[in-house]
Amino acid sequence: MRIELVKRTEHSRLMAVLSPVIAVFLTLIAAAILFQLSGKDPLLGLFTFFIEPLTDTWSLQELIVKATPLVLIACGLAVCYLSNNWNIGAEGQFVFGALCGSFIPIVFPDFETVLTLPLMLLLGALGGAAWGLIPAILKTRFNTNEILTSLMLVYVASLILDYLVRGPWRDPDGYNFPESRLFTDAATLPVIGDGRMSIAAPIAVVVVIVLTIVLAKTLKGFEIRVMGESPRAGSFAGFSKKRLTLFAFALAGGLAGLAGTMEVSGSLGQLLPTISPGYGFTAIIVAFLGRLNPAAILIAGLVLALSYIGGEGVQASMGVSDKIAAVIQGLLLFFVLACDTFILYRPRIVPGRSATGSEI
Amino acid sequence: MFEAVLLTVITAATPLLIAAIGELVVERSGVLNLGVEGMMIMGAVVGFAVANQTGSGTLGVLAAIVAGMGMALIFGFLVLSLVTNQVATGLALTILGLGVSGMIGEAYIGVPGLRLPELYIPVLSELPLIGPVFFQQDAVVYLGFALVALVAFVLFRTRTGLILRAVGDNHGSAHALGYSVIKVRYLAVLFGGGCAGLAGAYMSLAYTPQWVENMTAGRGWIALALVVFASWLPFRVIAGAYLFGAVTVLTFHAQAQGIGVPSQLLSSLPYIATIAVLVLISANRRLTLVNTPACLGKPFVPDR
Repeated sequence: MRIELVKRTEHSRLMAVLSPVIAVFLTLIAAAILFQLSGKDPLLGLFTFFIEPLTDTWSLQELIVKATPLVLIACGLAVCYLSNNWNIGAEGQFVFGALCGSFIPIVFPDFETVLTLPLMLLLGALGGAAWGLIPAILKTRFNTNEILTSLMLVYVASLILDYLVRGPWRDPDGYNFPESRLFTDAATLPVIGDGRMSIAAPIAVVVVIVLTIVLAKTLKGFEIRVMGESPRAGSFAGFSKKRLTLFAFALAGGLAGLAGTMEVSGSLGQLLPTISPGYGFTAIIVAFLGRLNPAAILIAGLVLALSYIGGEGVQASMGVSDKIAAVIQGLLLFFVLACDTFILYRPRIVPGRSATGSEI
Repeated sequence: MFEAVLLTVITAATPLLIAAIGELVVERSGVLNLGVEGMMIMGAVVGFAVANQTGSGTLGVLAAIVAGMGMALIFGFLVLSLVTNQVATGLALTILGLGVSGMIGEAYIGVPGLRLPELYIPVLSELPLIGPVFFQQDAVVYLGFALVALVAFVLFRTRTGLILRAVGDNHGSAHALGYSVIKVRYLAVLFGGGCAGLAGAYMSLAYTPQWVENMTAGRGWIALALVVFASWLPFRVIAGAYLFGAVTVLTFHAQAQGIGVPSQLLSSLPYIATIAVLVLISANRRLTLVNTPACLGKPFVPDR
């Protein structure tokens, strides 16, 4: 007996909604098994990882703090992936954007006006967009694989950050610690609530709303989807594949750079040798869990943010390695991808064997 | 001095060489596995752990190969049986590999490692200059060269290789001729996983005999770039791997000499070199179009 996949005549709307839910459920089961394997009580593990962070206001605020960059980056990545541009270097665009956004408060700390923050955010977005445009230009001009170049630039951006924080941008009064000076009040995003939450969170929500409208209601949104699904049809409509590649990478880089600047200005308050626990990579999972749909990405961002806080939680209270968060994130992406198969295909049980075919 | 540099170039190039030759076979079958980094880091941690527990480097290497193949099997199941997106699945494999290796490796941070013993080839190893460089290496270095020669022979001189390339170039026709596209691709993906696992073990048992988190540091990705650099031809992988090995080692030596350049700039050279090389190769359309497997990255569902 074998199971084979049969292409559905129309894609299943039911599965499109159910697939992320099933994936999260399967991840919960896998996480329970992981806790069992590490010699911990699986139910307590699941509770500490997934439920406890939702029970007090401090960790709820942290949840939003961590979801904000994930959602912003994933929105840009969704545009890339919808238009068939494989940008996997958002981590580098996040870091480089944060560097550009930190230029004013570190080099000109005395420039304290109402313009300081808007200029920082603008520089951050432009820096991220510029970093994102490198693989896009290489792809359109030289046909270079954007997957590899965008990823290589992650390492380069991280090394530039490391150099600046240990070298020219090190805090002169910082006892030689590899940190930049603290940002002044004029360079710090206004705080909401009593934790680290800033106006970055509402900005992310605005981006989600704008992108939802653009994708659903505008010609640009149509162009993005058509060029992803059928570039040939799109070219008959007069859309340029190259221009869209540049647009998608610039948008994704710009949003990542904005997220990076807001992370530094809102949550950290200074530049450090590492400013991201892998937001740029986790955002790829967020984009897929949200099925490349901005509104769903908002929810997916919260789910993945929970995995960061849950990881810290189980490490602190149960002595489980916080690496378990990365494992759970990886498993979640696997389950999402596997479940998405059943949107387009229907499993069929076939008795007996045949020589060829996809065997499961 | 010169000898020492050459020796380190060989150890730096070997993991790239082995991982790239494995991925070359995978891509020749039409599958793009972006999870090389994840399979490699799993090989590194499992190889280190098993060698540490058993005291045997050989067992460590074997376990690493099995670990790489295990990771590849997960990838194969998703991409081949469930027809998932190859790019996204490969990324998932890397994210998972980095996480799992971090968890397993936590117990081994700071534990002194085991180094694979060198094999002295009689007579040849006593030759001046070239003796110590080429004939006093550990077994994996020789294995790497043997793998390249084997892959080149099988791909272009045997029926098996013809079938593999047919599957990668036109899966529809290969299927119509009665070859099982899925089975061929499963085997290729497993071979690639075994190679990546071996390359990882080389990192933690020979290159730097210890476990450090994320110790592969993007080498899996550079191996992927090497396949493009080699334009899917096995012997060119050697040239690419040694070029990158040389760049890596030169940056080490430049750092040790303390020339007036920031160390971060030197560390970023291998990544910048990768981008530069990719641009040079892919700007040459004729070279890439001739050798790129036509079905690379395209999903296949047999219809009947």
